[in-house]
Order: sequence, then structure tokens, then C-alpha cells
Amino acid sequence: METSGTTVKSEEVDKNGEPLLYLSVPQIKIRSFGQLSRMLYIAKNMKLKEAQACIEANRNPVAKILGLDYNIISEKIGNSFVSNILDKITKDDDSESEIKMKIALQLKQLDLHLLNHSLKHISLEIRLNPGTVKNDIELLKQFSGKGKQTVLESIEYTSDYEFSNGCRAPPWRQIKGEICYVLVKPHDAETLCVTCSKEGVFLNGGKTDDEGQINYERKGEIYKDLVTLLKEKSAIFSENMSKQEIKFSEQPQKDQPNEAPKEEVAITHKASVTSRKSTQEKNRINLGRSQLTKRLEPSLNWRTSVSSKESRNTLRDTQVEKHGGKLEKSRSSVSPGRAQLIRKSVEKIEEIISDSSSESEEDEEQPDHRQEANADLPSEYWQIQKLVKYLKGGNQTATVIALCSMKDFNLAQETCQLAIRDVGGLEVLINLLETDEVKCKIGSLKILKEISHNPQIRRNIVDLGGLPVMVNILDSPHKSLKCLAAETIANVAKFRRARRVVRRHGGITKLVALLDCGKHSGEPAQSSLYETRDVEVARCGALALWSCSKSYANKEAIRKAGGIPLLARLLKTSHENMLIPVVGTLQECASEENYRAAIKAERIIENLVKNLNSENEQLQEHCAMAIYQCAEDEETRDLVRLHGGLKPLASLLNNTDNKERLAAVTGAIWKCSISKENVTKFREYKAIETLVGLLTDQPEEVLVNVVGALGECCQEHENRVIIRRCGGIQPLVNLLVGINQALLVNVTKAVGACAVEPESMMIIDRLDGVRLLWSLLKNPHPDVKASAAWALCPCIQNAKDAGEMVRSFVGGLELVVNLLKSDNKEVLASVCAVITNIAKDQENLAVITDHGVVPLLSKLANTNNDKLRRHLAETISRCCMWGRNRVAFGEHKAVAPLVRYLKSNDTNVHRATAQALYQLSEDADNCVTMHENGAVKLLLDMVGSPDEELQEAAAGCISNIRRLALAIEKARYS
Amino acid sequence: MNRKKLQKLTDSLTKNCKHFSKFEVKCLINLFYNLVGEVTERQSVIIGLDRNAFRNILHMTFGMTDDMIMDRVFRGFDKDNDGCISVTEWVYGLSVFLRGTLEEKMKYCFEVFDLNGDSFISKEEMFHMLKNSLLKQPSEEDPDEGIKDLVEITLKKMDHDHDGKLSFADYEQAVREETLLLEAFGPCLPDPKSQSEFEAQVFKDPNEFNEV
Repeated sequence: METSGTTVKSEEVDKNGEPLLYLSVPQIKIRSFGQLSRMLYIAKNMKLKEAQACIEANRNPVAKILGLDYNIISEKIGNSFVSNILDKITKDDDSESEIKMKIALQLKQLDLHLLNHSLKHISLEIRLNPGTVKNDIELLKQFSGKGKQTVLESIEYTSDYEFSNGCRAPPWRQIKGEICYVLVKPHDAETLCVTCSKEGVFLNGGKTDDEGQINYERKGEIYKDLVTLLKEKSAIFSENMSKQEIKFSEQPQKDQPNEAPKEEVAITHKASVTSRKSTQEKNRINLGRSQLTKRLEPSLNWRTSVSSKESRNTLRDTQVEKHGGKLEKSRSSVSPGRAQLIRKSVEKIEEIISDSSSESEEDEEQPDHRQEANADLPSEYWQIQKLVKYLKGGNQTATVIALCSMKDFNLAQETCQLAIRDVGGLEVLINLLETDEVKCKIGSLKILKEISHNPQIRRNIVDLGGLPVMVNILDSPHKSLKCLAAETIANVAKFRRARRVVRRHGGITKLVALLDCGKHSGEPAQSSLYETRDVEVARCGALALWSCSKSYANKEAIRKAGGIPLLARLLKTSHENMLIPVVGTLQECASEENYRAAIKAERIIENLVKNLNSENEQLQEHCAMAIYQCAEDEETRDLVRLHGGLKPLASLLNNTDNKERLAAVTGAIWKCSISKENVTKFREYKAIETLVGLLTDQPEEVLVNVVGALGECCQEHENRVIIRRCGGIQPLVNLLVGINQALLVNVTKAVGACAVEPESMMIIDRLDGVRLLWSLLKNPHPDVKASAAWALCPCIQNAKDAGEMVRSFVGGLELVVNLLKSDNKEVLASVCAVITNIAKDQENLAVITDHGVVPLLSKLANTNNDKLRRHLAETISRCCMWGRNRVAFGEHKAVAPLVRYLKSNDTNVHRATAQALYQLSEDADNCVTMHENGAVKLLLDMVGSPDEELQEAAAGCISNIRRLALAIEKARYS
Repeated sequence: MNRKKLQKLTDSLTKNCKHFSKFEVKCLINLFYNLVGEVTERQSVIIGLDRNAFRNILHMTFGMTDDMIMDRVFRGFDKDNDGCISVTEWVYGLSVFLRGTLEEKMKYCFEVFDLNGDSFISKEEMFHMLKNSLLKQPSEEDPDEGIKDLVEITLKKMDHDHDGKLSFADYEQAVREETLLLEAFGPCLPDPKSQSEFEAQVFKDPNEFNEV
């Protein structure tokens, strides 16, 4: 730069001698892009202002840069633009205009880019945005599925990945305003591939068959939203949609359910079977249910009146509760209706607010089976009805008598359980829980405890708002009341919704507090009539926690409430009754990482192992189960061994009558045998022989674990010999024809491990095991595919005349090669490994080359997965051995990515890659590519590696490259 | 009453009453005299709580409402049947009433329920005791129908020897099966809440009991 006074000139000048940068305060003139960008860079924070001023000063930059001719061009858009350019280029054939043209094009692009960029920000407010589109799709998802009532058969995104801005379209399409692509299958039309963009929704060119890529071209007109488009495309959709809309709009004013058409009740009732319900639907079901009750029991007058009052009140109460008004709860046992009604509607609101959690639903909510009024009712029905009448209309004394008498019915029988409910007994029983009468509460809970073994009753109790009341009773000073409430909760909380209610009302904390009961022995003794021992209270608490612990959020809540140390303490007792729920809870919770760590920290394993020696089968089962869950962790596996847990596990294998326990025990053995030391112990205890014996005539849950355990044991030579000697190979091969996915994964692993032994391999071959494994490559599940492929590797390695064997599978080679199109990394890695082994046979290598293995492998080259990289490199190096495959890999651009593998951190990858590169370097073009990609330096580093194979391959490769270089030099100078 | 005599009374009652400590007995005696009022002691006049005073206590302190049951509780306390509860009867009575074992309470309750004292609870007695236990239902033609039915239910539940009336053995067996049946025919024991309130008050600061 030249500085003189207030002016600054750049040293660089253009061809006319003008300086590229000329600054004389307050003006600045810049004549090249380079200087411009530098100037802006200097401006730093003022960048935006400077740029703005710059553009303002130069109203027509294009014309200024390129001359006036181009001004017109830039104004034009579309086809004429391109043709104009072509004209220009052909007309004046000088280089300057060509350069100007290029600049013009780039400016145009920049302009477009800037426009789109700013549009992206502005357009968030206009028309569609990712949020609304997502909502639409989620809503439609809830109403799609099989059956005529749904609006669509299916609706799904083409891509699972969602960007942080809510879009699912790839970034270069997002610039165009596209949000996501959806595949919609209406009931009456082909699958539609739809683009949702900010401008609206339109059909695109659909998914192309070969690549799974989407043809982004617009193929139809733009609709304002997804629903409008679908209404246009599918008649059934628009028909069902209008029905749904009616339902939605009907719902708020539907305070007279009597008017609702019967048909709709049927629909909603059916809908309750499906577990995924929209919140709106849920609400309707609840309404429908009370109607249903009413419709089926016309003969019971008093019930009918309650029921209709109920439905009328429900919505009003809902409103009241919503506004936060605390309603007075009726305390007397005489008026059963209102108190529960209020609670019920509170529940309902909870339901609506609550998001659907991801917890698994073991106890699927089933449709209600109300007893038909006309059916022959058993005599118990009428007796119970009478007792319920006394419950409602009696004072404390009469109530207690009625409760005691009701307890004498066989409450384990479904007739009685349902009778109590159907005559409105549940409402009364729950209402009694809210009174102050200890005796009534006890009597009521004793009945509820029994009848809540029935899944339908459980659900009714929750619907009637029984759980919050019971949770409150947990605070009672009477221990027997606490016990009964906890036991009832244990029964009721067998399904997800109930568990959620317990948690929401702070039940988990209170239950955990029960576990601590023994500590407060200093409490003043209450009337001894209602006392029980502290141990009993803790037991009931554990029982309830056991039920609750089946939900993920509850596990968390138990942990947060400090449940683990308490459970650990209770585990030290010797009462079986206590131990079973405690271990049950632990076993349930051990599915969470947090718990496993805590279990280790609290030294719980020791006690679990101790209880394996108990006499009680259930306790043994849960202990084994807990160990199974925890033994994923290596330290835990060692702890099990150190505390002597392996021997009892091994000896429990001999008792095969109790299948649940056997499944748990074999599971524990499987996980424990992941550690080598444990396997040695098991061998000492002759557990391997026993496990082989369990390979036949066992249920699948047992088999999965047994085979899993054997698979782990097979990693050692000695054990493989034992398994072969005991005749374990035959049953293992037989299991290859199963359909249980978990089992297949384990079986293939075990068979593969056995195949390492040539003698075992002979047996497998004789039993046609290889063919079975090969056919599992067609299994739809990727885990099975991958596992089968891994198992095939040792088979091909160790089979006699492997090449001939492989060829004998008709279509087998083609199948393997085609698996390279999979998108599962594990499958790809395993298939590469198989191909490496197949390719050892020249003839087979020729066949797979014909099937196009080279382009497929080349396409995989751009991966970051080290496992895949390693096996891919091995395969490539192996496949180079045939024909012009070396050249073909180069042509398919596999070489450059391979060079990058050398930067990986995995030595195995280095070795395989160096070997592949060595093979590829036999071709001159590949050498050039390698050299261009900086392979030489990387390979030179590898030569210094302690791994000899790697050294050798790297050196070989370098020497090939060097030789080529020398040859070229020689050619040049001679 | 002079201090020495009081001391002696306390000692002898404490010795014979296993559920109360000496302090508690003392509190109860104090309470008794507070309730009775400082009557100057004369050899011939029996001092103690009469039926009305006692019923008042049952009603106010233990929330009992049933006249008949309260009468029977009075009888249960008044061992010597002289129409008035002496200090000894007071302490002994409360001992069962508040702290009795299940056996003691069963015996006590059975006596309460056995209205005529013939060692059986007959159907008539049950009817008598339960007759106010059901709310009058307007639809019912015979208002006693429900009560009769309730009596039958009770008998079915408790009358193990099927002789149409409850002996103590019947009663005892039923209660052992289901403790809730202890007060089968009406509340004659304090409910846990008022009991703990009573004990808290009496055994802490007995002088304040006057205000109740």
C-alpha cells in the first residue's frame, strides 16, 4: 500500500494502470473483488454497514462490473436468459466477454442464493412452517392404520432425521423452501410421495426405484396444506376426515350423551383396543363408556340414575376443576355419586394433559366386558347388590357388617368381582376410603385388594379415581391401613396409566417411605387392633413398588426418592415374603443404567447371590433375573464370581421344571459367561454339558439364553470340544430353522463359533448347516443377516473344498453380492467379511465379479465406520486378484477414499488398507491417484509400524509407486 | 382426700392395672376427681360419676352418639352395679377401654352387646342395636325389612353353631377371623383419633381437662 496524506493507494494496479484500491477520505474506490473482500474483512463489525453503503452507492453493480450490455441480460429470467448468453458467446468470440459472462452467471447465482437465504428467514412466518407440517402429520398418523375407520392406511416421513430447524429435507432442498417429504398411502389410491414446502404441499416425482432417492420435481399443483391435498387425492380420506371433524366439533357441546348415536359408541369402543389414542379420542371413550354401562343395564334402576347423573355432571365438573376450583368432597358414605365424579373428571384431565410416554405396556388395556343384563345372573349378583345397598345406606356399623359379609364371597371369582362393579360397588368402596372411619377404610381396602386382581376392575378403579385416595392413605398413622393400601396399589398398578397416576400423586415417594418403616419404632403405639409389624409395612411397600417399577419414569422416581439404599437394606433380611418383592423391584429396575451402577455401589450383588441359594423358586428366579440384567457390566460379572454365584447358577440348571426360573437362570449364565474367568468356572461345574442338554424341548425364552451362553462359551477351544463331544452341534444346527429373531442371532453366533473347529465344521457341513446359515441371509431382520454372515466366515474358512460348497448354493453368490446394497453398517461389514472368504476361491471370485461386486464395493468406500472400513479394505484387496478388478476399482473411484482410511485410529484398518493399496498399486493409474491423495507420506509412517504385515504391505505399495515414478522419469529422459 | 391416701390409692390401682403406668394412673385419678368435683369425703356417701355425667364424657370426649350403647358402656364400667362409677371402676374401665388386649376388649364388647346379660346375643338384641343403622329408604315398604336382613347377614357370618343366637364362643371366633367385627353392633370403643387426643391431653396436662 502506498500512503500519502489522506489517501491510500494499493500497489496492485489493473491493466489500465489504475490502482485497485483508492482511498481518499471520505471516499473509497475499489476495483477488484479481492480488494473488496479484504476491505470488508478489515471493517469487521461494521461489515454489514459497509456492504450496505457499498451497494447503495452502486445502484447497478452488474452493469458497473460488466458493462452496460449485461444490464439487460440480468434483468431477464428463465429460458431466454440462457439462450441470450449463448448468442453472446457465439457472437463476440473474445475471451474478455467470456470471463464477463462467467462473472455475470456467478453474480446471478450469488444473488439467488442471497435471496433464498433471506427468504428462509422471512418465510418462517408465512404459510407453512415445519411446526405446522409436523403437527398435521402427527395428527394424521394417529388416525391412520388398518381398518375402515381410519383416514389413511399409513403416513410416514421418507427420512427419520430431523434437522434442528424442524425440516427433514436435505439442506440443499431446504434452500428451496422444502420442509419434508412424506409417503402417504390412502385407502383407495397408490402411495403418494408428497413434498411439503413453505409455499404449500405438492406431489413430487416419487421415490426412484434403484436408489431410494426422491425425484424432487414438482408433479402437481400446489395445495395450501396436506389435508387439502389428500382430500383432493383420496375420496375415502375426505369422507372419513369429514366424519372426524364432526366428531371433533361435536365433542365440546356433547353434554347430553343420550343423544349420541349408538353407532359412535361402538366405534369408540372398538377404538379403545388400539393402544395409541389421540387425546380427543380418549375423552370420547370415557364418555362412551359411561353410556355403555347405562345402555346395558336398564333393569337396575338406581344404577341408571347414578349413571345418567354422572354423564351429565362429568363435563360440568371438568370445567369447574379446570378453573382450579377446589370442590368440597362429600365425606359421608351415603352419597356415593359426586365425590368420585369429581375425582374421575380430574383423572380425565390428567389423561388429556399427559403425553404418551414410551413405557412398554405389558398389561394392555382391554375392552370392557360388561355383564349383559339379560344374561342369567348368578345368585351372588343379587346378594352383592343387596350388600352394596347397605353399604350405601348404612351407618358405620351396618357398613362394617356389609363389608365383612361381602368379604365372605369368593372374591377371586370373576362373577363376584364384576358383580360388585356392575352394581356400583366400586364407587361406594372408593368413597368409603375418603371417610374418617378407619374400620370402613380397612374393610373396603380388604375387598378392593382382592377384586383388583381382575384387570378390568383395576381399570375401573383408576377411572373412578381410586388411586389418589389410596396414595393418600399411605400417610395414615395406621400401619395396617398403609399395608392394605400399598397392597391394593400393587395390584392396581399393573398397567401403565395406573402407574402414571400413582407417580403423579406422589405415590412413589410415599411407597419408598414405607420401606423405611422399621426406623421409626419410637412412634407412639396406636390402638393395637389395627397394628401390624413394620416388616409387613415394608413388604407391602416393596410389593407396590414392584408393580410400579415397570414404568421407566417410576424407576427414576424410586431412585430419586432414595429407594435403592432402602431396598438394599431390606435385601439383607431373611424373610422370603419380603425378599421376593424387593428383588422383583430391583430386577425390574436393573434395566436402567443408573440402577446397575447403584446396585454395584450398594453391594447388592452379594445378597442376590446369597438368595440364589434360597429354597424359594420365585426368589431364585428374580435373583437370577436381576443378575441377568446387571451382568452386562464386566465388574458385576466378576462380583458374581467372587461371591460364589456361579455354582448355584450352574446347579439350578439341573431343575428344568420351572421354566420361568430356568429362563432367568440361563439368562444369568449367558451374561456371566461373557467373562472368560466365569466360563472356566462354568466348565468346572459341568454347566456346559448341562446347557447342551437344554438345547431341546425348551421354550424359546430358555433357548435364546442357553444358545447365547453356549455362543459365549464357544469362544474357547476347550469348550468347543466339549460341545462337540456332547453332541451339541446337531441341536444347534436344528435351531437354525427357527423364526425367533433373538434366538436366530444367538444360534448363528454359536454355530459360527463352533465352525472355527475344523472337526465341528465337518459335522455342520454334514448337517447342511451352511446352507441354513446362507438362507438366513434372506432374513428380513438386519441383526440376523449380519450374525448369519459372520457365522458363514469361519464356515467357508474351515470347510473342506469350500469353493465347491459355496458354488453349490444356487443363487447364493448373487444373494451375497446384493446384500452390499444394504444400509446397515453391521450387515455390510459382515457381508464384506463373507466376500473376503468367498473370494479366496478364484472361480467364485470370477462369479462375484460378474455379479458386479466391484462397483458395489467401491460405492461403500466413503464410510467412516472403522469396522466396515477394515472388512471392506480386506475384501477389496482380495477382489483385486481377479482380472482387471484392480483397474475397475480405480475407475469406480475407490482408491482415494481408501487412502483416507490410513488416517483412521484403528491399526486393523491400517493393515487391511495397506494391503488393499498394495494390491491396487499394481495398476499405474491407481498409483497416480494414491500419490495425488498423499498416500506416500501416510504409508511411510506405516512402514514404521510394529505390525509386520502392515509394514510389508505399506512398503510394497510404496515400492510400486516409486517404481512407476522411476519408469516415468526414465521414459521422459530417454 | 389427703395426700397419703391418694398415694396409697394410686399404688394399689397401679399394681392391679397392667395397662397404665403409675403416672398415668395418677393422671386418671386426678381427672376423676376433677370431673366428680371435690366432694368432701364422707364415709357413707359413695362418690363417683353417675350415668348422665359418664354419658356426657362418652359423648363429648369419645364422640359416641348411640344412647343405648352408651348406657351399656356405663354398665360395663359400673362393675358393682350401683349406678355410679367409682374411682377404681373408672381406672379399671378405662384400662380396657383404652388399652385393652383383644381378649379383654372382646369380653368387654360382648358384655356391652349382651343387653339382657344372658351370655347370648339374641336376634332381638341385634335388631334392637341395629335398628338405627340403616337410612330410611322411602321406597321401602317395610322399614324394618333391611334391619332384619342385616341381622340375618350378621348371624350367617357369626353364628358358627347355627343356634340362631351368638354365644361368646361364636363371637370370639368371628372376631378372631375378622377384627373389624369386634364392634359389630355399634361403636363401644373409642375411635383411634379421639383416643389419641384424649390420651395426649390427659397424660400431659391433666388440669386442662376441666375445660373440655
